[in-house]
Amino acid sequence: MRRISRAKALRRIRLSLFFIWALLFACLFIMPTLLTFTNSFMSETELTSNYGSVLGNVAGGSSYMSKSVNLKVIPDIVSFRQYFTVLFQSPEYLLKFWNSMILTLPIVAGQIAIAALASYGFYRCRGKVKSVVFFSYIILMLMPYQVTLVPNFIVSDTLGILDTRWAVILPGLFTPLSVFILTKSMRRVPYGAIEAARLDGASEFKIFRKICLPMCKNALYSVIILTFIDNWNMVEQVLVLLSDAEKQPLSVFLSQINSGEVGVAFAVASIYMIPPILLFLHGEESLIEGIAYQGSVKG
Amino acid sequence: MKKHSYKSIKERAVSWLYILPSLAGVLVFYVIPFGLIIYYALIDNVANKNFVGLDNFRALFKNSAFLIASKNTLTFSLTTVLLAVVLSLLLAIILDSKIPGKSKFRTCFLSPMMVPTASIILIWQVMFSFNGSFNSFVSLFGLEPVDWMKSDYSQLVIGLLFLWKNLGYNMILFMSALSNIPKDQLEAAEVDGAGELKRFFKIKLRYLSPSLFFVLLLSLINSFKIFREVYLLTGQWPYETLYFLQHFMNNTFENLDYPKLSAAAIVMSLVIVIIIGIIFFLEDRFGKDVEE
Repeated sequence: MRRISRAKALRRIRLSLFFIWALLFACLFIMPTLLTFTNSFMSETELTSNYGSVLGNVAGGSSYMSKSVNLKVIPDIVSFRQYFTVLFQSPEYLLKFWNSMILTLPIVAGQIAIAALASYGFYRCRGKVKSVVFFSYIILMLMPYQVTLVPNFIVSDTLGILDTRWAVILPGLFTPLSVFILTKSMRRVPYGAIEAARLDGASEFKIFRKICLPMCKNALYSVIILTFIDNWNMVEQVLVLLSDAEKQPLSVFLSQINSGEVGVAFAVASIYMIPPILLFLHGEESLIEGIAYQGSVKG
Repeated sequence: MKKHSYKSIKERAVSWLYILPSLAGVLVFYVIPFGLIIYYALIDNVANKNFVGLDNFRALFKNSAFLIASKNTLTFSLTTVLLAVVLSLLLAIILDSKIPGKSKFRTCFLSPMMVPTASIILIWQVMFSFNGSFNSFVSLFGLEPVDWMKSDYSQLVIGLLFLWKNLGYNMILFMSALSNIPKDQLEAAEVDGAGELKRFFKIKLRYLSPSLFFVLLLSLINSFKIFREVYLLTGQWPYETLYFLQHFMNNTFENLDYPKLSAAAIVMSLVIVIIIGIIFFLEDRFGKDVEE
């Protein structure tokens, strides 16, 4: 009897230790995002006096500037001024935001459509050739930009689309990660359901659309989220394939505005993370399921 | 019999029809140009097209920028990948226990992955520059302030950013593996008097091994992508220890030196294929007994 209660006590201690660790980690993980967001409501003067010595060369020299920075979570006075500036007074930020959209959305839509078709093909196809092709997809999926950008660049150069949006969009359509995740989730569709539909005289496309796609709903959503954030965050492709500054997305442009206007930079940074965060909060369950489908590389 | 084989051929053709759009794109944008790369790597320049054998590769291995970039990439990857695997497993174990507020914690841990890197570099700069808050923190312990991004610790700072962004994803992979471990085996072991650690190493780790290899591979690949963070924080010419392979490639792209680019791409893809091969081999060797 006593031993059981002792084990129970030990377990309780362990749990509280775990809880404290989790709390600590959670604070660390949430901090940068939260700070960026709350600091975006600080007035330009407050930001300058807090971070002036780091983020440097601010125009108004007269304002007080502390020598070391003063990282603050909550602003002294909540100000919407910089949001007003970003949204209504300087069209360049909105233009870059639009650039991000116009690159990301076609890639997400196209890639999902192409990958969904391909994953159905990989699901119903058997045989050696298919295994080899699928394995090549895995290898390609694991290749970093350092490698894949060279072929992308050569093709864009040959097709004469270098420095246009197509140079980024077209290769982006065929990124194999979504094919990989969707094929893995298709495998959970029971083959019997498909056989039955076939006996009922359903066409192949109807089987794909009415049986397989609905069953992979979560994986599809998760692939949409993953593709969206990956492309919303793009830097490498842009630097190599789209050097025309007019067409570059906000993800690259943000690093260039932080020296001049700190307040605006924080506001733009916050606006920029809103779409992926909303998508994440809405689809978290599906996202987790989709990530879990990857399980292991093989099989 | 003949009818059957006709049917199976048709069956296959339909499958390939579905794969076709994707396969065509992959061939056009990745595979066929890769063939061209092999050709480019063997000639002196695009104008003369003289066959020079392996000269480009020899030149590459004598190129100091390439060597520094490789060394930096390798040291960065090795350290952060190990940390990423261990820490994300730790997080998964914490969340696998019965602590309250589990799903809230999971959201917290996963959220960095959805924050665009460009959005949080401001905070990173505020924390790690010479006058930054991390130095104020350090000076509380009487230590000298350091300009973190321009010191030999710069890889650590970037590593922190890498871990912050990637731990959540890995953690999810581990969590799903942990939840797939058959409970009866764990309970049986507990009844037999196996302690917490023994249960972990004898049972859990065995079921975790496929995910372990996957996380290893994924983290490794992601660590090659660290250029993004470095570029946004420090621009095209960072402190020497932060000069990674993608920097080398970008600077070579600017000169349009096709043979050099191609040789570098081939070397890197070979290294990655070898790494994948090793991980697959290890998985076959040590992960076999869990596959049903």
